[in-house]
Amino acid sequence: MATRLQFENNVEVGVFSKLTNAYCLVAIGDSENFYSAFQSELAGVIPIVKTDIGGIRSIGSLCAGNKNGLLVPHTTTDQELQHLRNSLPDQVVVQRIDERLSALGNCIACNDHVALAHPDLEKETEEIIADVLGVEVFRQTIAEKILVGSYCALSNRGGIVHPHTSVEDLNELSTLLQVPLVAGTVNRSDVVGAGIAVNDWTAFCGSDTTATELSVIDSIFKLRQAQPSSIVDEMRKSLIDTYV
Amino acid sequence: MSVMDQDSGMFKVQQTIGSVLCCKCGVPMPPNAANMCVNCLRSEVDITEGLQKSIQIFYCPECGCYLQPPKTWIKAQWESKELLTFCIKRLKNLNKVKLKNAEFVWTEPHSKRIKVKITVQAEVLNGAVLEQSYPVEYTVRDNLCESCSRFQANPDQWVASVQLRQHVSHRRTFFYLEQLILKHDAASRAIRIQQVDQGIDFFFGNKSHANSFVEFLRKVVPIEYRQDQQLVSHDVKSSLYNYKYTYSVKICPVCREDLICLPSKVASGLGNLGPLVVCTKVSDSITLLDPRTLRCAFLDARQYWRSGFRSALTSRQLVKYFVFDVEPPVGEATVGGQKYALSYVQIARESDIGKMFYVQTYLGHILKPGDQALGYDIYGANVNDDEMEKYRLSVRNGLPEAILIKKCYDEQREKKKGKPRRFTTKKLPMEMDESRGSRVDPEKMENEYEEFLRDLEENPELRFNISLYKNKDYQDSETASMTDGEGAPSVPIEELLAELELSEEEDDDNEEDMDE
Repeated sequence: MATRLQFENNVEVGVFSKLTNAYCLVAIGDSENFYSAFQSELAGVIPIVKTDIGGIRSIGSLCAGNKNGLLVPHTTTDQELQHLRNSLPDQVVVQRIDERLSALGNCIACNDHVALAHPDLEKETEEIIADVLGVEVFRQTIAEKILVGSYCALSNRGGIVHPHTSVEDLNELSTLLQVPLVAGTVNRSDVVGAGIAVNDWTAFCGSDTTATELSVIDSIFKLRQAQPSSIVDEMRKSLIDTYV
Repeated sequence: MSVMDQDSGMFKVQQTIGSVLCCKCGVPMPPNAANMCVNCLRSEVDITEGLQKSIQIFYCPECGCYLQPPKTWIKAQWESKELLTFCIKRLKNLNKVKLKNAEFVWTEPHSKRIKVKITVQAEVLNGAVLEQSYPVEYTVRDNLCESCSRFQANPDQWVASVQLRQHVSHRRTFFYLEQLILKHDAASRAIRIQQVDQGIDFFFGNKSHANSFVEFLRKVVPIEYRQDQQLVSHDVKSSLYNYKYTYSVKICPVCREDLICLPSKVASGLGNLGPLVVCTKVSDSITLLDPRTLRCAFLDARQYWRSGFRSALTSRQLVKYFVFDVEPPVGEATVGGQKYALSYVQIARESDIGKMFYVQTYLGHILKPGDQALGYDIYGANVNDDEMEKYRLSVRNGLPEAILIKKCYDEQREKKKGKPRRFTTKKLPMEMDESRGSRVDPEKMENEYEEFLRDLEENPELRFNISLYKNKDYQDSETASMTDGEGAPSVPIEELLAELELSEEEDDDNEEDMDE
């Protein structure tokens, strides 16, 4: 079930947080409301880390990551990098990369298996992404928009893209990403990636999101039946094939 | 599915727009800038907010005009295009949105309400353009406009009048002037037109209208005029004086086909033009033709009124002559578009065929033996003119016995007697002057008008400034004068205008089309 919240009266939740299956980053706000909303959902399941990147609070736009790793831009200070390395679980590789397009969250949309990249990213960066995050990288545009991270919200179970995406593009992307995709809106706006923070069992979106949009989100990301424990149960089912 | 783009040679995939759910109501719709379906958008945003929905307009029931403040009254029919334009102009704030369409919604005329449905377009929320229609109600209030209220107070109210007079015994000039005025629409603003003995009175509501009418007259006939005014009322506080203006206009009494004996001063001033001259054309200047030398002179109004001579003999005194012999012309001239040929002819009066005259005439180019002609009988006439007497005494050989003016077509006209003419003319709405004990004999008027029409037929240059309309009752007969070379002249069909007729049904149809 998706939760509606705001960061200091701003509905762009995806800009101020980064949610993956292994960890969650939130921006430092004057009040604790944002952090406590995440905490109520995720406490004890995955670590929630409060951080800035280069002193800027819009961390969701600046970094990109999944359960395998986290990529931060060259503007990240050494203290922040150290703080991240300390707080995140050991299997998560934190890597600072030197890239002209430093808003990595806007340029890269990824889940645990596949990533979409800005067409103008450097070859080196693409290789690093494939290496650190352990994903297959595709350079793509979504409905003629090059900032794929902003216009696409992706999890392992589904994704939402910009509402003006044509049917052919949707099919193409869906084949590439191997997940079901839907063209829709979040917070009544076109910028879907910036408006929502999503992982496999939960999602957080801005308070302007209407009930219709919420139902679309719930259905495409399959959030209704998803509980952290149920994922573990499913894994157990697939692991154990015989009872002795 | 895929289309080769011929211009750039690129491989373009066909794009079909998918559908997204409206963020409010969840109905599938094509994506738009507001991400809401039209109904949700309409419920969110009202672009007609702040626009006028009801307004009052004033209507004058006498003349059917609507008031555009502060002072203009615009004439418009019920549910017409002009009324629609006027209604939309009265709405304020309409420049904030784009007007797409406006049409009338039917209301009962008695209800004094006009309803207009207006469709506007405006931009809302990140670039989505929304179209919305809404009705505007106009309350019509009756209010007499100033001119109607003034007219109601005193219907005979006029501010300026033009008294047009010509001191001659016939009304030919006024018939011709009537046609000219109709053609140029010069008297369209006259409140009243009254016919009086030897003239016509025109009444106007405005001094400038009268002034422009006098200016028009000055261009078409030689006139002399004076202007007088009479005080009607005087507002002491604001020093406003109300006057009644009268223009007294005199038309020069010399007409076409008149025989004139010029006073010696005028004759020498015109280069010793033989004192006996014939007036051939009157427009804004008089054309005088010397029948012996075929020389023409032009006198404009000012030059004429300096001497103010009168005609010796007028067209009333024309006498019929039989032409027996025409000698070949001794001289030819073309003056002002008219051809003249000087030759000697043998003629005799119809009343006294025994007495033959051998005279010179300028009609040598059209007269043939056996023709009839009209001319002045100077031999037998008793002319009451001082100049003529002086001239008669001074000249050695005596005056010419007769001066022929024009060819006579009476015989040919006999054949066409009673048949309607091919053309008709329109008339000005004139009132007859009843008060002075009618000196005007209706039969005489008819005869004069008939002569005027004959004049029109014979002279193409007279028809130049006039509109003649096709006579619906006229049928082309086989014995038409077109085939007969000797027939009486008539107006060729190319010069006639078809009358413009607007039927009621056509008008209504047009209006309905416009409303849709």
